[in-house]
Amino acid sequence: MPSITREEVAHLARLARIELSDAELDHLAPQLDQIIALVGQVSQVAADDIPPTSHALPLTNVMREDVNVPCLTPEQALSGAPAAEEQRFRVPRILEED
Amino acid sequence: MSDLTRKTAVELQELMTSGQASSVEITQAHLDRIAAVDDSVRAFLHVDSEGALAQAAAIDAKRAAGEKLGPLAGVPLALKDVLTQEGVPTTAGSKILEGWKPPYDATVVKRLKAAGIVILGKTNMDEFAMGSSTENSAYGTTHNPWDLNRIPGGSGGGSSAALAAYEAPLAIGTDTGGSIRQPGAFTGTVGVKPTYGGTSRYGLIALASSLDTPGPCARTTLDAALLHEAIAGYDPMDSTSINQPVPAVVEAARRGDVTGLRVGVVKELGGEGYQPGVEARFHEAVELLTKLGAEVVEVSCPHFQYALPAYYLILPSEASSNLAKFDAMRYGLRVGDDGINSAEKVMNLTREAGFGDEVKRRIMLGTHALSSGYYDAYYGQAQKVRTLIQRDFANAYEQVDVLVSPATPTTAFPIGDRADDPIAMYKNDLCTIPVNLAGNAAASFPCGLADEDNLPVGFHVMAPVMRDELLYTVGAALESALAEQWGGVLMAQAPELEVTR
Repeated sequence: MPSITREEVAHLARLARIELSDAELDHLAPQLDQIIALVGQVSQVAADDIPPTSHALPLTNVMREDVNVPCLTPEQALSGAPAAEEQRFRVPRILEED
Repeated sequence: MSDLTRKTAVELQELMTSGQASSVEITQAHLDRIAAVDDSVRAFLHVDSEGALAQAAAIDAKRAAGEKLGPLAGVPLALKDVLTQEGVPTTAGSKILEGWKPPYDATVVKRLKAAGIVILGKTNMDEFAMGSSTENSAYGTTHNPWDLNRIPGGSGGGSSAALAAYEAPLAIGTDTGGSIRQPGAFTGTVGVKPTYGGTSRYGLIALASSLDTPGPCARTTLDAALLHEAIAGYDPMDSTSINQPVPAVVEAARRGDVTGLRVGVVKELGGEGYQPGVEARFHEAVELLTKLGAEVVEVSCPHFQYALPAYYLILPSEASSNLAKFDAMRYGLRVGDDGINSAEKVMNLTREAGFGDEVKRRIMLGTHALSSGYYDAYYGQAQKVRTLIQRDFANAYEQVDVLVSPATPTTAFPIGDRADDPIAMYKNDLCTIPVNLAGNAAASFPCGLADEDNLPVGFHVMAPVMRDELLYTVGAALESALAEQWGGVLMAQAPELEVTR
């Protein structure tokens, strides 16, 4: 019994906004299954009473001084844009047709 | 001038200070070397000849004007393509960023420029630093200068190969699970992962934000220490930057005295799955440290065996979030924008076309690990294992000053050998990953060639948080003792590359 099915991988690809072809699904699904079996080993560790660590450093809410610093010009900010119009990023239509 | 490309950064500085060579001459020699051998090594994705020569000329002018310059001013460097450099193409090894020119410098790059270091160009890497061989680069594989049929390690294979091919005396890498240390080991060069937060991540294209650490690469310990000092230190632009003085790495590299240093050999990082030649060189190096006055004991870190599975949950989870920004809207590739397709469709088509297999695997794995119903079993549990690994380190450092292991279980493997076997590839990083999860400092130093294949072996040193200087203490001690044994540095045993043009 696989730890993840081809259909579940197709669902993950949709969630991750990646348009996978059938051939890629055939290739990636069994590999993901193997990887999930490997990472599943973490469940062997008895850690119920262990606090989680999200970060190597015990830091919270780091702020810097609230002072004006130079920032990118509109030209710089748009310099890598696939499409720009009137000093803005031009994007494809956002809404579905119906 | 005899071959300037064979010199260390320290030697090059002496030549410039004494007026025997200019930075322009030194930079040109390295550009010529790149032109001569990079067709077969393929360490560079972009060579910025014009920019490098202009930087070099500016340093020469400052020197002529009597300005006080830093110890690396005028020395050339190879920059991993994951750090932004204003106006210079930056791809992170991905098609999705092909042709992108960042509008700003990473903090590390700013500091390199401030130190007068000449940036030759951008080096090849696994796409978004996901890999251990550079085979995941969208722009082809880098070849190991010790054997062109083998991989140079990864993800920073380009930076380490550039050093081993004498294309640059210094390089910058980034280490998320071993991407500085493993290529260092595979190419017979020095690679240092500073304490997490010791070097700034601002302008580093993020893979896993809680693990990513930029660091120095060089052919000698002292060169690496000088570069470490140039790039390290507090940066208000990085919220996880440590606001403390930089450890005294240069002083440690100059002294290299291990007398009385307590060294712990990690029991769990050896044995089955480790190449005999790797273990032989490692144990000889440990013996050498004993002779030099170190006190060696064996220590146990029982949770290290779970570091690899925990890492492959934490990293993909963070990566899947970080890579969501590649949405075809503000920069990079855009596919299928035909006036009919929706933004979401364009996003899906762009990410399909712009990402390689490994990136897709890890994004989907991270999406899975974070999804409701799986979060506690996967991501939550991995974070607990992370705590246990930190505790293993803390317990070990009550008994010893540094921990040591081989840097990698094997030497460099043939190109193609593990390219489509993700699990075999992941196991390359068994020894290097625990440090990233705990956030402390570590490095790989060359300790000889394995008998089976005559390829370099890396000696891995792990120091506590913000005790980076201990790495250089051990590295420098080993380096000078081994050079005495061999009658020269390890790199002198590397085969000569054929000059193609």
